[in-house]
Amino acid sequence: MAYKVSRPNLTFAEKIYLPSVLAGLRITLGHLWRMLRGKTHVVMQYPEEKWDSHLPEYYRGAPTLVRDEHGRTRCVSCQLCEFICPPRAIRIKPGEIPAGDKFGKVEKYPAEFDIDMLRCIYCGLCQEVCPEQAIFLQKQYALTGTARTQLMHNKEKLLEMGGIKTGLVNKWNEKK
Amino acid sequence: MNAILQFLHPLIDPASIPFLLWTTLAKSIGLLCIVLVMVSYTVYAERRVSSLIQDRLGPNRTGFPLSLFGNLFGIKWRDWSPILGGLGQPIADAVKLLLKEEFTPAFVKKFYFWIAPGLGIGAAIVSLAVIPFGSKIWGVDMVIANIDIGPLFVFAISSLGVYGIVLAGWSSNSKYPFLGAVRSTSQLISYELSLGLSVVPLFMIVGKLNLVDLVSYQVQNGWMILPGITAAKPHLPGTLGSYLIIVPILISFIVFTIAMFAETNRLPFDLPEGETELVGGYHTEYSSLKFALFFLGEYTAMITGSSFIVTLFLGAWHFPGIPEGGAPSLAGLLLGFVNIGVFFVKVIAFLLFFIAIRWTLPRFRYDQLMKLGWIYFFEIALVNIFLTALILAFVP
Amino acid sequence: MSNEAPQNLVNVQIDGVWHQFPKGTRVIEACSQAGKYVPRYCYHPRLSAPGNCRMCMVQLGMPKMGPDRKPELGPDGKPVHNWIPRTNISCAQDVSEGLAVRTDSDIVKETREGILEFLLINHPLDCPICDQAGECRLQEFSFDYGQAKSRFIEQKVKKPKRVEIGPRVTLDAERCILCTRCIRFMREVAKDDVIGIVNRGSYNEIAVYPDRKLDSNYSLNTVDLCPVGALTSSDFRFKMRTWFLKETKSICTSCATGCNTIIGARENVVYRQTPRENNDVNQSWMCDHGRLDFHYLQSADRLLEPVVKGAPEADWKAALASAARALKALKPEEIALIASGRLTNEELFLAARLLKKLGNPIHDIISHTGKADDLLVAADRNPNTAGAKLLGLSATEPGSALPVIASGIRGGRIKALIVLGEDATDAGLIEADLNKLQTLIVTSLLPNRTTGFASHILPAAGFTEKRGSMINKTGRLQRLNRAVAAPGIARDDWEILVGLIEALTESVSGFTTIEEVFKAMSAEVPALAGLSLSKIGDLGVQLSL
Repeated sequence: MAYKVSRPNLTFAEKIYLPSVLAGLRITLGHLWRMLRGKTHVVMQYPEEKWDSHLPEYYRGAPTLVRDEHGRTRCVSCQLCEFICPPRAIRIKPGEIPAGDKFGKVEKYPAEFDIDMLRCIYCGLCQEVCPEQAIFLQKQYALTGTARTQLMHNKEKLLEMGGIKTGLVNKWNEKK
Repeated sequence: MNAILQFLHPLIDPASIPFLLWTTLAKSIGLLCIVLVMVSYTVYAERRVSSLIQDRLGPNRTGFPLSLFGNLFGIKWRDWSPILGGLGQPIADAVKLLLKEEFTPAFVKKFYFWIAPGLGIGAAIVSLAVIPFGSKIWGVDMVIANIDIGPLFVFAISSLGVYGIVLAGWSSNSKYPFLGAVRSTSQLISYELSLGLSVVPLFMIVGKLNLVDLVSYQVQNGWMILPGITAAKPHLPGTLGSYLIIVPILISFIVFTIAMFAETNRLPFDLPEGETELVGGYHTEYSSLKFALFFLGEYTAMITGSSFIVTLFLGAWHFPGIPEGGAPSLAGLLLGFVNIGVFFVKVIAFLLFFIAIRWTLPRFRYDQLMKLGWIYFFEIALVNIFLTALILAFVP
Repeated sequence: MSNEAPQNLVNVQIDGVWHQFPKGTRVIEACSQAGKYVPRYCYHPRLSAPGNCRMCMVQLGMPKMGPDRKPELGPDGKPVHNWIPRTNISCAQDVSEGLAVRTDSDIVKETREGILEFLLINHPLDCPICDQAGECRLQEFSFDYGQAKSRFIEQKVKKPKRVEIGPRVTLDAERCILCTRCIRFMREVAKDDVIGIVNRGSYNEIAVYPDRKLDSNYSLNTVDLCPVGALTSSDFRFKMRTWFLKETKSICTSCATGCNTIIGARENVVYRQTPRENNDVNQSWMCDHGRLDFHYLQSADRLLEPVVKGAPEADWKAALASAARALKALKPEEIALIASGRLTNEELFLAARLLKKLGNPIHDIISHTGKADDLLVAADRNPNTAGAKLLGLSATEPGSALPVIASGIRGGRIKALIVLGEDATDAGLIEADLNKLQTLIVTSLLPNRTTGFASHILPAAGFTEKRGSMINKTGRLQRLNRAVAAPGIARDDWEILVGLIEALTESVSGFTTIEEVFKAMSAEVPALAGLSLSKIGDLGVQLSL
């Protein structure tokens, strides 16, 4: 079944094509000229100019663990993030805080907390599911390493990246 | 050797042969150096200009010293990049291509596979031999081979370049290179015709087939497409014929330039490569240095083409106000070099035009390409010859 | 159709559908049987029903009586009901003729929502650290009847947390909803009355009696019973969240009772064992000893690969060939075999095959005994003594042939000993005797005194790592299932035995799966005729031995 495709009726100027070539050159050379005069600023010179100051509040960078203002690791290793993590990047080994400890009333803490950043997909489900406001996807996005092991973030690394976060709910302070 | 000398005796004074040999060698090497450097920077310019056209920046990192060495000596590239940013890119590219694994697929026809890249670049470089790229230095003509069949030589040799492509495509033993080669062959052959025919009017006007003579004609009587620009004080020829003749020359110029685009496989005529259709075209199976040779060959062909256009239509090394060098004095020497500089500035300007066109126009469809070559350009070039002849014969 | 129910059955309408139940059925059970699960905290079918949690509220309707004291019948010929305008607990109410129950009317839902709100008033927000999370009734019913926001603005009552009320049980009094299941279990089932409720009003809390500990051998059942996270197992505490555990139905192998269990494992690590309901074996209970008797399987000392004395490295093929060579050189009188009542039937069956191939040398099992209690623990601590007897691996009285073996080794008559999953020093042998043996082939999980003298050590799989069947003290055939993989290149005992038989006979035995072994066994052993591993089912099969 053949279809009859209607072709446009071209004028002579269109047929000889050369005017269109010149028109095209006007556009491309116009761009070139604006670039040369520095009128266009589209791309960012990455290592010198960074996104950091432009990142929105909701930006999802690398997941990190945070401490509260008393220096307590907020995570209590409930392992919900480990459960929800779609690529199974999170590994937690729970531990018990001894009764006499400063934070003894929290009872539980993560003895080991590993995130495999080679697996992480930055989906933010761990932050969303966390009942303790302990894990946050902060603004670190430039994660590089020269070996795979360097991208296996352990608890110390995650806490160092996370820093201290204040203004969150401190429900454990009310405990007996 | 003696036999050859005996044969040449009537033509050349035997005493001048050693002088001839070493000057030719020096010119060849000098031209080759200039051209190869130009090739690598044409690639760089292509990337840089394309990115500027597309509102990007392009390669602007690899400076001198290259990033790695800069770090080795404790100098950060940042200190250099504002001045020389990106200018080290061709060197880095070359090093990369050199260091890549020399890989030959198992299924190719080895011999032809290996000679194809050499044919491509060889043809492009050899045709440079007859281009007068300067006036004279210390009395020596700045053309490697001043022969009386200049344009014919160029057409003959540069069309040998198609063998590189055909052999590459065929010996690769793989569908995309093969299709690329087939397209390329028919494209090159089709446009050879109009290319050759379109320059005939020039030589009808000049009356000689020697490119050096063509250039000196332009120096005396004005550039082909700008007859007012001459070495003598600007004057306008008074006759009607001298005005009318500009028409066929302009037609010739346009046809020749477009045909040159097709001959060099440049957009909008890059069907042999057509990345979107043929993966990489005839060089799909090539990598490393062999690929680099194709790449080099393509850009050398661009330079050859541009040089040819400059020689034919744009007055070669001549620029109003800059006298011809060649006198055996310091001033003459310097002027000789300035003439060479003018030639290459013109070539570079034309290369930039090549690049700008590439990032402006989309690729033709194959049937459009063929139609353009056979139905329009061939006829136009043919008619143009008659038109020139008529003007030359009947209009005073 | 007559409305008269058959003998001992009564007609009950549940959510508009008429059912028949035996007299004496509790309404909550009747609802469950009718597919209408009624939420409950304090009620447990094996314990008395004090009705104190109030969660199982339903609306009841009595048949409307006419002036003639006969039930009025509706247009469908069924009784018309007078609905009680408030809700009643269903756990302490027996069904009666013509009773009607509404389990999901608006008033029932509102009641449950109110009760749940009360239960949650003092409940802490401990879920992230609570081991019960994931199998917590409070969480589950909060999903159904809970409120998203607390209306309680007063201070919550603080109660003791992390109290070790026994060697194996930790109490968190804040989480407790005072259902008293644990108290009733200790009183009624374990007969060790140590827990009670102290203080008044909202200060009510669970506590052990002064100077007492919850140290019964059944104390961990209170943890299973606890519907919330108030009582948690100190052993399992903070080890792993319950939702990660892959549950495998198996049986306990610590004594001849063979309690049905669920093994909770994640990624090749067993984290806990809990009882599985089986009315013919262990009801819903399990002793603490059996429950915790799996940690040795995760010991770092586990034997991982076969060892042949004198050979630098041995793979299975070489080790089995070497063992077979050593055995072939001997006469049947010079060989003895000590099997184990801890092996599965399949393994014992293959051990019997091996004996036949060796010319029936002397053999026995080692009997392990302990003190029985009157609930679950049996005196016989071998889980499969009955199987060993049935398959002929044991002397008539288990262990009676051991002195003969010992004296044979001591006298030098017996030159080779095969020990399957036992420590030969338990059989009356001393280390000097073992030293005398030319060949000592041992299958074992862990290094012991016997493996130190062994010429061939063949690493085997533990009870969580293998499949098979066992026969408990009442003659019930039950199944083990694999929850985790054996460490290293350790093999199932049955595979080792098949390998040894094949090496001895230099032929193919035809056993590639344990199902085939069971099939061959059921063909040879009349008591197992017609059975297969899958026919045993989760609850086992009673054999007539």
